[in-house]
Amino acid sequence: MIKYFKPEIECAPRHELEALQSFRLSQQIRRVYDNVKPYREKMDAMGVKPEDIKSVKDLSKLPFTVKQDLRDNYPYGMFATPTSDVVRIHASSGTTGKQTVVGYTRKDIDIWAECAARALASVGGDQNDFVHVSYGYGLFTGGLGMHYGAEKLGATAIPASAGNSQRQLEMFRDFGSTIVCMTPSYAVSLIELMKEIGMSKDELKLKAGVFGAEPWTEEMRQQIEEGLGIKAYDIYGLSEIMGPSVSCECEYQCGMHICEDHFIPEIIDPDTLEVLPEGEQGELVFTCITKEALPLIRYRTRDIATLVYEPCKCGRTHARMLKPQGRTDDMLIIRGVNVFPSQIESALLSVDNKATNYLLVVDRVNNLDTIEVQLEIRDDMFGDNVKDVEAYKKKLKSAIDSAIGVGVSIKLLEPKSLARSMGKATRCIDNRKIKNKFTK
Amino acid sequence: MLNQISVFVENKAGRLASVMKILTDNNIDIRAMTIADTTDFGIVRFVVKNYEDALKILKDNECTANVTKVVAFSVPDTPGGMYSVIDAFENAGINIEYCYSLVTNKEGRASVAVRVDDNDKAVQVLNDKGIALITVDDI
Repeated sequence: MIKYFKPEIECAPRHELEALQSFRLSQQIRRVYDNVKPYREKMDAMGVKPEDIKSVKDLSKLPFTVKQDLRDNYPYGMFATPTSDVVRIHASSGTTGKQTVVGYTRKDIDIWAECAARALASVGGDQNDFVHVSYGYGLFTGGLGMHYGAEKLGATAIPASAGNSQRQLEMFRDFGSTIVCMTPSYAVSLIELMKEIGMSKDELKLKAGVFGAEPWTEEMRQQIEEGLGIKAYDIYGLSEIMGPSVSCECEYQCGMHICEDHFIPEIIDPDTLEVLPEGEQGELVFTCITKEALPLIRYRTRDIATLVYEPCKCGRTHARMLKPQGRTDDMLIIRGVNVFPSQIESALLSVDNKATNYLLVVDRVNNLDTIEVQLEIRDDMFGDNVKDVEAYKKKLKSAIDSAIGVGVSIKLLEPKSLARSMGKATRCIDNRKIKNKFTK
Repeated sequence: MLNQISVFVENKAGRLASVMKILTDNNIDIRAMTIADTTDFGIVRFVVKNYEDALKILKDNECTANVTKVVAFSVPDTPGGMYSVIDAFENAGINIEYCYSLVTNKEGRASVAVRVDDNDKAVQVLNDKGIALITVDDI
């Protein structure tokens, strides 16, 4: 049985949805123009007036927003409401620079909870479920975002937060967790731990998981589904727009349905900034049409994705975004070739589906870019012979080389050499960047 | 036949020492050892009296370790002692992957462990030549 949280909106006919979007967009642009100085300046500079924006079709007349805008107006300069109306603050992890601050009014929190409730319902959740939230609670949006969604749905929220992995597993078992929310890399490390302590998935009642906050591959999905005995769904979000559940997969696992009544998606060419037609891959851009505190317009996410508007088998009419293929700022340029770490992961797992703990180290040696794929050795990867290990390395190398079109080197490490992550895993270290920062 | 333990070590300073220290701290006596090395990693292989204990201790200390059966025997410690066996292996079509010497209680004899592609055939060849296998009791 397919479950919905609000079927009248999730399955609304497209023309009704678009009419709603157009109405909300025109109102939002007026609010933003009146209340957010940086937007007023940008629109004035482009000669765009709020009254020029009447429908979704006028979206392309509006200026873009980038992360730097939030940094330039740090902390509250992009807010459209006085801080007296703001009931909560979150902040980005600041992994790609100075942290950015986002705010929510009471209505924003309520809408966010509804989006998260829709996401949990779309993976089969209802009031009978125990939703185990292992995202960090705090400035990071993951924990509280999914928590409020679980409560909104009427399910039982388990605010486990991240960390203390053995205790997480005991809670799964003792509290009867049925749906988990965490990063996919943390799920993999919990599966590893289950093997170590001899816990079987049959002891658990888990049926589904929503995994997000970092890119992951189909191979990793299979591994998580097998390891935990669940269906694993992809969820997407970013704090600048809302937090987790801007979009989430349904039971058909064929792309993530975007809550289009709140966020209008576009795909653009990141170089020319032109809007691309349906089905083309490019940078994902969102416009918030109901957000009060921080209503970002045409926010460039840096995520590379594709949009599909075809109706889904689940009955939902909202556009689906196909799995982000990486981020424009994750993209590595190696000897002039564009390489996404996700391509390497996919090739790695196609040869060895247990090779989930890896690290890419990019460097420049004698003016030549190099990528080293570091991977921890396991008992089942080697016997007593050097040639078996060399053959394994060769197989990995040729799979990765042909996937990305650049030669890599493979380095095997002793077990537990790479850091385990409770949240977003560090998958790539680019030593070239560090040098540039100091030589500039 | 003997149970040989193989441990994966990264090829960097101190790694071999740390494996040896784990064995030392647990009072494990190495009876034979050989190292296969490449530029970035090596495989340390060795024989001990009680391989099950050693394996458990290594794994508890987060080493990647495996057990392989190797054929061990002793020959007279004279010129041609080893050749007669290797020659017999060759005639029987047995391929030797690696081989190293062992410390045993057999005086006046040279003892070796060999890793071959067909253990059963190698044991047969040794039996045919009247050469006794070295067991864990001999080391």
